[in-house]
Amino acid sequence: MTTEVLAPSRAVISNRWVRFAFRRLGRLIVSVWVVVTAAFAIIHLIPGDPVRAAMGMTVSPEIVEARRELLGLNLPLWEQYLRFWRGLFTGDLGTSIMTGLPVGDIIGYQLPATLSLALPAFLVAIGLAIPLGVTMAVITRNGRARRTELGFVGTSVVMGTIPDFIYGIIFIALFGVSLHWLPVAGRRGFTSYILPVVALAIAPILVLARIVRVEVLAVLRTDYVRTARAKRLANWQIYTKHALPNAITATLTLAGMLLATMCISTVFVENIFAWPGLGQTIVGAITSKDYPVAQAIILIYALAVIIINTVVDLVLAIIDPRSTVSEG
Amino acid sequence: MATPIKRAFRTPLAFAALVMISIVALLAIFGPIIWGAQASEVNISNMLAPPSWEHWAGTDALGRDLFTRVLVATRLTVLLTLEATAIGVSGGILFGCGPFLLGPRFGKAVTWFIGIAVAFPGLLLALFFAIIFGAGASSAALALGLASAPSFARLCQTLVAGILARDYVGAAQISGSGRFRILIRHILPNIGEPLIVNATIGAGSVLLSFAGLSFLGLGVQAPAYDWGRLLMECLRSIYVHPIASVTPGVAVVLAGLAFNLTGESLAHALGITSLGDLGLRAKIRSLRHDPSITLDTDEPTQDAIVCVRDLHVGFPAGLDIVEPVRGVSFDIFAGEAVGLVGESGCGKSLTALAVAQLLEEPAQVWAHSLIFHGTELLDCGNDNKETTKARNHLLGTSMAMIFQDPMTSLNPTRRVGEQLAELGRVHGGLNHRQARLRAIERLGAVRITNPERRARQYPYEFSGGMRQRAMIGVGVMLTPKLIIADEPTTALDVIVQEQILDLLGAIRREDGAALLLISHDVSVVREVCSRILVMYAGRIIEELPSADLDQARHPYTRLLVAAVPNMTTDITQPLPTIPGRPPEPGPIVGCSFSPRCPLADDRCRSTDPDLITNGNTRVACWHAGQPLVQIAEVVE
Repeated sequence: MTTEVLAPSRAVISNRWVRFAFRRLGRLIVSVWVVVTAAFAIIHLIPGDPVRAAMGMTVSPEIVEARRELLGLNLPLWEQYLRFWRGLFTGDLGTSIMTGLPVGDIIGYQLPATLSLALPAFLVAIGLAIPLGVTMAVITRNGRARRTELGFVGTSVVMGTIPDFIYGIIFIALFGVSLHWLPVAGRRGFTSYILPVVALAIAPILVLARIVRVEVLAVLRTDYVRTARAKRLANWQIYTKHALPNAITATLTLAGMLLATMCISTVFVENIFAWPGLGQTIVGAITSKDYPVAQAIILIYALAVIIINTVVDLVLAIIDPRSTVSEG
Repeated sequence: MATPIKRAFRTPLAFAALVMISIVALLAIFGPIIWGAQASEVNISNMLAPPSWEHWAGTDALGRDLFTRVLVATRLTVLLTLEATAIGVSGGILFGCGPFLLGPRFGKAVTWFIGIAVAFPGLLLALFFAIIFGAGASSAALALGLASAPSFARLCQTLVAGILARDYVGAAQISGSGRFRILIRHILPNIGEPLIVNATIGAGSVLLSFAGLSFLGLGVQAPAYDWGRLLMECLRSIYVHPIASVTPGVAVVLAGLAFNLTGESLAHALGITSLGDLGLRAKIRSLRHDPSITLDTDEPTQDAIVCVRDLHVGFPAGLDIVEPVRGVSFDIFAGEAVGLVGESGCGKSLTALAVAQLLEEPAQVWAHSLIFHGTELLDCGNDNKETTKARNHLLGTSMAMIFQDPMTSLNPTRRVGEQLAELGRVHGGLNHRQARLRAIERLGAVRITNPERRARQYPYEFSGGMRQRAMIGVGVMLTPKLIIADEPTTALDVIVQEQILDLLGAIRREDGAALLLISHDVSVVREVCSRILVMYAGRIIEELPSADLDQARHPYTRLLVAAVPNMTTDITQPLPTIPGRPPEPGPIVGCSFSPRCPLADDRCRSTDPDLITNGNTRVACWHAGQPLVQIAEVVE
């Protein structure tokens, strides 16, 4: 047995993980830098004088100048940039042009409300989409149950297209106003979560389930699933242990994107259900040109997306170690 | 381009999409002309009226008819959607083709930038630009356009890369054509089709997002109105007449779907991959299992490990059923190595998979009997949980499968050792530790060096030969009575092939397992097996001891043997080959080999010969054993 291919040594293997960690960390740092810089740039990209735009034409020039001074907009650009970074680490995110309140306080008050909406929607979406997709794949494998397949694909295409704010309106009209089953506004008690969370999660569930189904079907046709069947494992073992991890790796990147979008969609849902979170505030900030507030909130959304992307890559690396080798 | 598009819209779904998109287009053009005045008619005495015959969707806070307002708003909605999409596509082309025009260094920077941008949802980018541009219809269009540019840029990049890989573009580059010229002459015309298709799909989501922005008050501002704006106004009156206030939402969804489905149908027709695959395929009629098709054959042999009598495998084909395996009978005794040879498409693998009970719907298996280790595997009539479980346990412990392609037969996401150990836990009654130790011991037994470390590795860290060894390791994890090896060496190079065959032989002798070795290569089978079954067109046509292979009686077997060179082969002559191909599964009249057989006469062409037993051999040929002088002539 002299032709045995030399195995990579233990050192090489751990090296691969280290290289992966470094590469991923490098990308994380670059993404954060890009995002922070873009958020910083907002106020300088606005055509005209942002403070004047925010405060209106009737306010006296002295007050505008004082507000400019307060916001640090008269400093050299590089110093503003450094201050912005320092502010991020010290939690000092500037002051609202409109209210004069510290932006950090506004966010500290509202971020929990938004998270309490996004996280359950997240869990519900993943927790329902994967079993639904796998079940549909198992039911419709090898061209079985054509009608079920057609019904599922049709329903998921149509319902997956409907945006969350329309679900929100339909839910309010149906369950809130007509049936009086559930509260439709505010954040008070468990029942007030139901409609916004479902409105947020329903389309991602269906889209994700459709993708999972297609991937599981593809995996069920592979040779290694045939190998698993040749081992006479129970069906549930084949589906959960052999098929699912491979299907998940194929869907994970897309699922991450879907979940990131869902995270941003809280903007719509919060505005429909009068949810006291970041989404309501950013819309108010945009229409009233309260740039420091809008700037900080968009930065938080972008950081949330970066976190999701990083977690997706880590999960991918754990489930499928091949992904640590590939470029990226 | 007209024909595939016409064909595309023949499916009901695509037709519906076409109808919907036409309605949207007609409303956008004529809506404001017909209902424009009516839609802005204020009627203070009829504010927030519920739906009625006069006002199908009720009236708004100023008593204006909501339904006509929705119809009229189509134009502004569609125009803004198209504007934003156009901005997105233009930006996409600019940034997507930019890397090519700018050359490698700047190109790389642009590519890198796009890579960062596409990692963020379009909605986030739209909000970012909305902060900069402020609220308003045109700034929202600009924001959404810029937000969708990165994904169009990524698409363009992929398309451009695909086209640059084509030979004629390479030739143009070598011949010194300028980059700009190549872009205009070769690239843009070629990316047009997929770009238009994806822009149509993209327009659907732009429409939905635009409605969202207007709904938030960031898009169209009063007194102008699009669907999103109407939706926002309706939300205020939702407590008065809830159902009617959903009307603009319905319009948004229908129009969004119309764009989406039209794009998907186009993509489907033109063979362009897009994100969503609707998965609509032609209907297949399923056929029911028919166990009544059996023949009288000799009684099952008692002491055989495997006893197959009149095994059939069928697949539904339209209303019919085709039978790639048409009545196969054979025995395999304990510890014996039996070879199954024939060309590709003769039904060898199907036979093996049927014996192993690994064929799934739509394949159908029926037989007079299919006995493994004293258990009938095919009594589907009185199956219950207990018998199924017992059968699975029997097959799991006593039958091992080794497949053709080791590169794909191991699960890429599980450690190799785990893939062995699993079997020990599920069927061998071992605990985690025992199973792991046994797996390591078995990896050593299939001559994998340093098995302890190898067990912790993943398949991608193994070479092809080592993976096939690991597969054999899976097979001998427990103590199998039968190993079925389906072309185990076909995917491997010659030296590794030899090692794997050696290993199979050794491991079989150690464990006393029987072997069914399937191969198209007579020399491989001859080396390992003591008895050989020759299959042709779904039937066994000859059975003989491998020592007698040179005295084979069926012309097909003799031609197969002659096709393998050996030490006495005259290398100045071209190697003999068998002209023609095995028949496609389907109705066959006469001997299936007759069209290719040098001995065929009228009887061969009209009547199929029976498989006649003669001592320890069987043959199905009207001219069995007749001299093959003619063969040489045919071959030449």
